[in-house]
Amino acid sequence: MGKILRRTFLIGTAAIAGGVAFGAYKVLETPENPLEAKRGSGENPFNPYVTITDNDVVSVYVPRSEMGQGVATTLVALVAEELDVPVERIRTLIAPASDAYFNSTMMHELVPFGHLDRGVLAQSSRAATRAVGKIFGIQATGGSSSTRDAFEPMRRAGAAARETLKLAAAEQFSIAVDRLSTADGAVELPDGTRLTYGSLAQAASALEPPTDIELRDPSTWTVLGKSQPRTDMRAKVTGAPIFGMDVDLPDMLYATIKMNPRLGGPMLSFNAREARKVRGVIDVIDISRDGEPFGGGFAVVAQDTWTAFKAAELVDVEWGEAPYPSTTDAIMEQIGDALDNGSGFHPRNDGDVDTAFADARRDRVIEARYQVPYLAHATMEPMNATALLSADGERLDIWAGTQAPTIALEDCAHEAGVAEENTFVKITYLGGGFGRRVEVDFVRYATRIAKAFPGRPVKTVWSREEDMTHDAYRPAAMSSWRALLGDDGVPVAIDARIACPSIMKSALDRFYPSLFAVGPDSSIAQGAYDQPYSVENYRVSDIIADVAVPVGIWRSVGNSYNGFFQESFIDECAHAAEMDPLDMRLALMKDYPTAQAAIKKVADMARWSAPATPGRAKGMAFTLSFGTWVAQVVEVESRDDGIAITNVWCAADSGRVIDPGICKAQLMSGIVFGLSSALGQAITFEDGMVQETNFDTFDAMRIDQCPDIHIELLENADHMGGMGEPGTPPSIPALANAIFALTGERVRSMPLSDSMDFV
Amino acid sequence: MIDLTINGEERSLDVDGEMPLLWALRDVAKVKGPKFGCGIAACGACTVLVDGAPTRSCVTPMETVEGAQITTVDGLAVGETLHRVQEAWIAEQVAQCGYCQSGQIMSAVALLNEVPNPTDEDIDDAMSGNLCRCGTYPRIRAAIKRAAEQNSAVKPETVEG
Repeated sequence: MGKILRRTFLIGTAAIAGGVAFGAYKVLETPENPLEAKRGSGENPFNPYVTITDNDVVSVYVPRSEMGQGVATTLVALVAEELDVPVERIRTLIAPASDAYFNSTMMHELVPFGHLDRGVLAQSSRAATRAVGKIFGIQATGGSSSTRDAFEPMRRAGAAARETLKLAAAEQFSIAVDRLSTADGAVELPDGTRLTYGSLAQAASALEPPTDIELRDPSTWTVLGKSQPRTDMRAKVTGAPIFGMDVDLPDMLYATIKMNPRLGGPMLSFNAREARKVRGVIDVIDISRDGEPFGGGFAVVAQDTWTAFKAAELVDVEWGEAPYPSTTDAIMEQIGDALDNGSGFHPRNDGDVDTAFADARRDRVIEARYQVPYLAHATMEPMNATALLSADGERLDIWAGTQAPTIALEDCAHEAGVAEENTFVKITYLGGGFGRRVEVDFVRYATRIAKAFPGRPVKTVWSREEDMTHDAYRPAAMSSWRALLGDDGVPVAIDARIACPSIMKSALDRFYPSLFAVGPDSSIAQGAYDQPYSVENYRVSDIIADVAVPVGIWRSVGNSYNGFFQESFIDECAHAAEMDPLDMRLALMKDYPTAQAAIKKVADMARWSAPATPGRAKGMAFTLSFGTWVAQVVEVESRDDGIAITNVWCAADSGRVIDPGICKAQLMSGIVFGLSSALGQAITFEDGMVQETNFDTFDAMRIDQCPDIHIELLENADHMGGMGEPGTPPSIPALANAIFALTGERVRSMPLSDSMDFV
Repeated sequence: MIDLTINGEERSLDVDGEMPLLWALRDVAKVKGPKFGCGIAACGACTVLVDGAPTRSCVTPMETVEGAQITTVDGLAVGETLHRVQEAWIAEQVAQCGYCQSGQIMSAVALLNEVPNPTDEDIDDAMSGNLCRCGTYPRIRAAIKRAAEQNSAVKPETVEG
């Protein structure tokens, strides 16, 4: 499967269907095991996830990028449960880039069917995307999919290794395999003799595993379902050099880049005379390429990072114009124009909305408009990558904290003119991802710069300013809502229009410029069209606003703003109908007991119905995203110098919970991430340039602002949901609704700090 | 040449006097614990102790730390024995991505050296300069309190400045 096929998956559902027809045979084929290469070096590979050395070192290769969400622990636990080796005795390694580690679950988010839609068309489209993930070998970490995707294959990997170890023992001792058992890293014979896995590994790893292995019943689990200590915790509290930023190779050069601050604009001229005079500067090179959506710019290569940073400031450069309106106001006007005049598609269109409103009594109609700004990812670790092109130009090595290793591999191989089979991507730990590290810009530039220095590794580090002003931003979005309240106050018609630049189109321009995005982008309405609210007449319009600012995947994607839009509006409806927002939601959720249970649980936790503490007020919100049903209550307090967030309660139902400690940590993280955005984040433009350049102007919540966070996990849902993102969407509207309850002021525009002060 | 002591080891580094301590540590001395996050003392990921005082190494020129004692997160453990703050961080399972935690831990060590039993307000004051994008703050707070309890349970110890 070459580039063309891989590239078609992004286009949309039509192309996905085509891809399956084209490559059906490929679905049945097992991808090559990248760990086979280790056989000579003492590791006996059982499958792409497990190796065991002769002296009993059991290694698990984690096929997803560890960016704080705990995959380097949870995915190891999946193997440990079946392999009968304690998690703490397993050597955890991050797997290299390889087609064998395809992610099929992440693709589910690409189909324009909500999580609740279990109809034939929705299910067959999901089945198709599962196959597509395999065919195209997309190894990626995103869409809160890692545990869901690994749940079956990694348990199976542990079980297969265990059974082949038993087979080897059975052969060696001429004992029937069903008389053998396994425990604590050894096969046990009927007489109690223990044969360590290491003593059997060489023979066992050469055997074909049985095909009829039954995975253990959850009622017998001893590892899964329990909180595991993180495998990477010791490294992270001792400052171990595990991040891309920490890569250090012999003879390494250090580089930084400076691209046009008008994103996508060209570099008209540059003069590096002063920069070249700086002691320690090795070269200043033009890294612009025609037709690249990132625009023009240059790199400084030096003996150390600081010298590169300093010299980059001395380059005299003339930047060209941006391909988008030059101010935030002009951009928002363009999005507003799409909202008012654009036509979109309807991922949800129940009943007959036009007729419902045509006959409506005006005093029963509620209307509101909302908007959110662009947002940066602002990962703690700025973008960086290290590349080494061999002296003969035949081999390329990349060290990077990437969320999309096989896409990075393909992109860098192409950039360097090296065959993909001679390109090797080593994935480091990631100092935050949030969707930013799915992008290819930072690995492509590292490769381009290293190409100028064959035989020498070059580490390219972006300054914080470069990182914040050259993101693929969470898009700005606007929406208009109207509801017709029924006699009991509950809406009988909802009409939502959502206008937003298309992430799909923008990403395609960056990853695969030879292709065009066609058709709708369902992520625009994600979190609005797919919620468990039953309303007789319900229409959601998904409208693409054509603005060329690069936009990308940001923790929870469309849910991050549609959660705010929809849940603020439901709150407005409740107040207009003089209903308790809890009762309003319970009524809307009447067909979804899982949703009702979550919101009732959080109401209990927060003592929702108890009299409010003087000076405090609570707000509620609910979002189903990435298969997880999340209800939250935020409590705020009025203080002399502004509003404080005092408590957050969260009830989340993701179905079966694999690691409660890590799940709670992820929800807590998602909540702080969402509240941070609401408290004061906005990316704005003047003269085509992003005005927020560092944490002094684009800050996030600090410890003194952080509320007490109370989390309970439910396990009612019948499908396993994700955990990395679903905490974020409801936190933002729950805060806005709490502020309305406290102050009577309805804030319909983010960030809230534009309208009020926070302590 | 600028002489200083890094985690108990005397070093002589051939660097420009204006080079921030952070980059001298990372790129020249190859001490990778302190992290680069912002370069303007706004995030705290680069926090180290300079003669015992918590310091943003990204804005501290090398010429100002001649002869100083530098302690980074890399130098907290004694052999295999972790510092009690590191132990508390593990017990509370604080870190997620972990990138900011070197700086968080150094700020916490400095706080506990100064205030053995910090109040929530003390923690806010000492720690609000350390950003965490994963939002681990509730666990950071719990870990500091745990380390403080450990501190009063055993003899107060001093950390090399």
